[in-house]
Amino acid sequence: MHLNRVKNKKISLDDLRVNFHEIEPALTQKEAMDEANRCLYCYDAPCIKACPTDINIPSFIKKIASGNLKGSAKVIMEANPVGASCARVCPTEELCEGACVLNDASLPIMIGNLQRHATNWAIQNNQQLFKAGDANGKSVAIIGGGPAGLSAARELARIGYEVTIYEAKEKAGGLDTHGIVSFRLPQEVSLWEVEQVENLGVKILTNTMVGRDIGVDEILASYDAVILAIGMSKVPMLGIEGEEAEGVYDAIDFVENTKTPPLDHQFIGKKIVIIGAGNTAIDAATCSVRLGAGDVKMVYRRTEAEMTAYEFEYEFAKQDGVEFRWLTQPTKIVTNEHGKVSALECVRMELGEPDESGRRRPVEVPDSEFTIEVDAVIKAIGQSRYVSLIEELGLEHNRGIVKINPETHETSNPKVYAAGDVIFGDGQGDAMVVTAAQQGKLTAHAIHQKFISADKVAVENA
Amino acid sequence: MADLRVNFAGIKAPNPFWLASAPPTNSGYQVQRAFEAGWGGAVWKTLGDPILNVSSRFAGTSYNGQRVAGFNNIELITDRPLEVNLKEIYETKKRFPNHAVIASLMVEPNQNAWHEIVKRVQDVGVDGFELNFGCPHGMAERGMGAASGQVPELVEKQTYWAKEVAEVPVIVKLTPNITDITATAYAAVQGGADAISMINTINSLAGVDLDSWNTIPNVAGKGAHGGYCGPAVKPIALNMVAECARHPEINLPISGMGGVSDWKDAVEFMLMGAGSIQVCTAAMHHGFSIVEDMIDGLNNYLDDKGIVNLDGIVGKSVEKYSDWGNLDLNYKVVARINNDTCINCNKCHIACEDTSHQCIDMLTDASGKAMLRVREEDCVGCNLCSIVCPVDGAIDMVEIPNGEPMTWNERQAAIKLPV
Repeated sequence: MHLNRVKNKKISLDDLRVNFHEIEPALTQKEAMDEANRCLYCYDAPCIKACPTDINIPSFIKKIASGNLKGSAKVIMEANPVGASCARVCPTEELCEGACVLNDASLPIMIGNLQRHATNWAIQNNQQLFKAGDANGKSVAIIGGGPAGLSAARELARIGYEVTIYEAKEKAGGLDTHGIVSFRLPQEVSLWEVEQVENLGVKILTNTMVGRDIGVDEILASYDAVILAIGMSKVPMLGIEGEEAEGVYDAIDFVENTKTPPLDHQFIGKKIVIIGAGNTAIDAATCSVRLGAGDVKMVYRRTEAEMTAYEFEYEFAKQDGVEFRWLTQPTKIVTNEHGKVSALECVRMELGEPDESGRRRPVEVPDSEFTIEVDAVIKAIGQSRYVSLIEELGLEHNRGIVKINPETHETSNPKVYAAGDVIFGDGQGDAMVVTAAQQGKLTAHAIHQKFISADKVAVENA
Repeated sequence: MADLRVNFAGIKAPNPFWLASAPPTNSGYQVQRAFEAGWGGAVWKTLGDPILNVSSRFAGTSYNGQRVAGFNNIELITDRPLEVNLKEIYETKKRFPNHAVIASLMVEPNQNAWHEIVKRVQDVGVDGFELNFGCPHGMAERGMGAASGQVPELVEKQTYWAKEVAEVPVIVKLTPNITDITATAYAAVQGGADAISMINTINSLAGVDLDSWNTIPNVAGKGAHGGYCGPAVKPIALNMVAECARHPEINLPISGMGGVSDWKDAVEFMLMGAGSIQVCTAAMHHGFSIVEDMIDGLNNYLDDKGIVNLDGIVGKSVEKYSDWGNLDLNYKVVARINNDTCINCNKCHIACEDTSHQCIDMLTDASGKAMLRVREEDCVGCNLCSIVCPVDGAIDMVEIPNGEPMTWNERQAAIKLPV
C-alpha cells in the first residue's frame, strides 16, 4: 500500500460506511498507462520470482500498456485465482515491488495497483476468464472455501474434476470475504473471485460445516480426494480474569462484523484497547478508528522491534492516530456493576534473554501495575486451530498444524491433502493470501499428477 | 555567453532557432508571440493562391505513452488572402526589425506567377524567401509543392525564375519524398539558390482506427496521405542534411529541420552542416516557450566547450560522414557491463540472445548475486545491448586493439593489385 496515495483520511461519525470505503484510490486510466509504460519488461524478471504464485508480471503489465486488458487479467488470474484480492492485500513491498529492478534506479513499478487495474476491468466488464475442462469422472471435496480452497477448486475444475466446496459460513472467500478490512479489500472483489470459481461448475455448499452438518466419514467415502483448507480458528484465550465479560471481543469476529452492513454504532467516542501487535491487531485498531472510537490503544508485551505487523501496516495505524503501549502486559479485565468491561489492569515489562523464537523474552517489572480505562477490549494475540476436525479426520498434526509432504501437500492420509493456513506454522509457509492461493494450486496439480500416474499404471497393467 | 547570432546566406537573426513554415507561422499574431518568446526567425506559412482546407487535419503518433513521437498533417498552404498576410508581415517586421522574417512561397511552375509573387512579397520587406518545393499533400496533386520538387529540372527552373526578380536571399526547401535528395539540392544550386532547407514532411498515413476502420485523421470517413514530421523523422532529416553538406558540388548554406525538439538535436544538425535550425512540431506540442531552453542549452553547451560562436560547430562533423566503403573493417568495440550500475533487468541478455550474437551470459557471482557478463571474444560490437539498457553507464562499448586499419575500399584495391 502506497501511503502517499491514501486519500480521504477523515473519519465521519455521521456515516460510518464511508470510513470503510477502499482507502487507496484505483489508478486512473492515465496513471495506469503511464505506470505500465514505465515497466522495463525485464527478462527473467525478479518480480516474477518474488511472487509466490509466479504471476508473469511483465506480461500482464505489457498487456495493460497495449490495451489488452482482458489478456492482462487472464495472465494474473491464471497464476493466482484470487489475484484481484491479492492486488490489494499482498505486502507488495516485500514481494514483487520489493524485487523490482527499478528500486535501484528510480521507483519500483506499482505492480499491485496495476494488477488491481487489470482485474477491476475484468470485474467491471463481467468477464468469465476460464472454462471448465471436460469431465474426467473424478471428484474432489474441498473443506473450506477460502483462498487455498478456491484456488484448488479453480485448478481442478479447469482440468475436469467435479469439485464440491464445503463452506461453514454463509459466503465463501474465507479471510478475503470476512477477515480483511473493507477499506483494503471490499467484499465484492472476493465474491467476484468466488463467482469465477462457481461459474466453472464448482458446487459451493455454504452454511455447511464438516463435522457438524455432514460427517467426516461421509466426505472421505464420497470423493476420490479431499483437500483440507480450513484455515485457522478464533483468537485463543488470554488466560486472565474478566475475559468473558461483555465488551471483550475476538479481533477476527470484530473485523468480520465490519465486513457486512449494518455497521455497529456503539463504539462512537469509546475507548478501545487492542491486545497484540500483529497485522490482525492493526486491523482491529484501524477498524475501531473507523467505527468512530475516540481513543484507540494497542498494548503489546514486547517492543516495536518485535512486533509482527508489516511496517506499512504499523505506519498506517500511526497515521490513523492509534496509540501504542509497548512493554505492557494485561493482567486483568475489570468489569463494572453491569458485568461490562470498564478497565484493563496491566503491568510493565522489560526485555530479558532471547526465547525460543529468538526474540527477547519480556519479563515483568516488579510493582509496575497500572490501569487503563476502557469501554472495549479486543484480543488479537494470534489464532487457534481447528484441532478437533483435524483429529476427527485422523490426520497427523503438531498443535493443529497439519503435517504434509511438502512436495505433494499429501497428509498422513493419502486421500487427504491440506493447503493454506491449516499447514502454516513451524516454519512452513507464510500466513499470506497469496501463499494460500499458490498452495491450493499446487495441491490441485499434485492430485491430478497422482491420478494421471495411477491411470498410467492401470493402462500398463491392463 | 556565446554569440548565437547567425548570418545565414545573408539573412541575419539573433539566434539560429526559426519557426518553420507551418501552422505556427500562420499569422502576424503568432509570429510576433514567437519572437517575444525568443525565436530568432520565422518562415511565414506558405503564401500563394489561397486554398480551402478541410476540417480534421492533424494526427499524432504515440509510442509507449509518449505523445507526438511523430506528427502528420494534411493542412495546405495559407488559406488567408495574400493582402492580409502581407499587411501582417509588414507589421511584424516593423515591430521586430532584427528578427528574420522569411516568406515561404508556392505558385504554379510558371515564370510570370513566380515573378509576380516574389515582387509583391518583397515589397513589404521580408528578409528572404523560401521556395516550398516540398509540401507532399494536396498542393502536389495540383502540380505544386513536392510534385515540382521531385523533378530536378522544375526545381532549377523555378529557382531561377524566383532569383530573376528576388532582391533578398532565396532558400529552396526540398522534399524528402525522393530517392536521392542531393539530386534536387544540386538542381537548386544550378538554379542559383542562395541556400537550401530540408526536410519538408514525409508522405504518411498516421494510422487506422481499430473500431471505425477509418484513416487517422479522417475527413467524413475518407483519408488522404499527409506529411510526417516530429521526433520520429529526425534521423531521416539528419542524414539528408549531412548528405547535402558533404556533397562536393552543393556548397550552399543549409537550414536544417525535421524533428528538432531541443538544443541537443539542434547541435547535431549544426555539426552536420546546418547553419540555421527550423522547428515546428516541438512548438506545436509545447508552445513557443520551448525556445527558451533551446537557446539556453545551446549557449551553455558552447560555453562549456569554450566555443564563442556558431561557426565553431557548424559543419564540424561533416568530414566524419562518409561511405560505408571507407569504414575501418579492423576497428573493434565490445560491450562491457558495469555490474555496480547494472540493475539486472536482463534486457541486454535477451536482446543479444534472441536477436544478435548470443554473447551475454547470465551468471551468479561468488556471493550468489545475479550478474551479467559479455563473452568479449564472441561480441561483434553491435551496440544492441547498450541501446536496450535502461540505465546510463551500465554498459560501455569499449575499443579493443585489433590490427592495422583497413577499409573495404582499401581491401578491394589491395586484392586487385598484382601479386
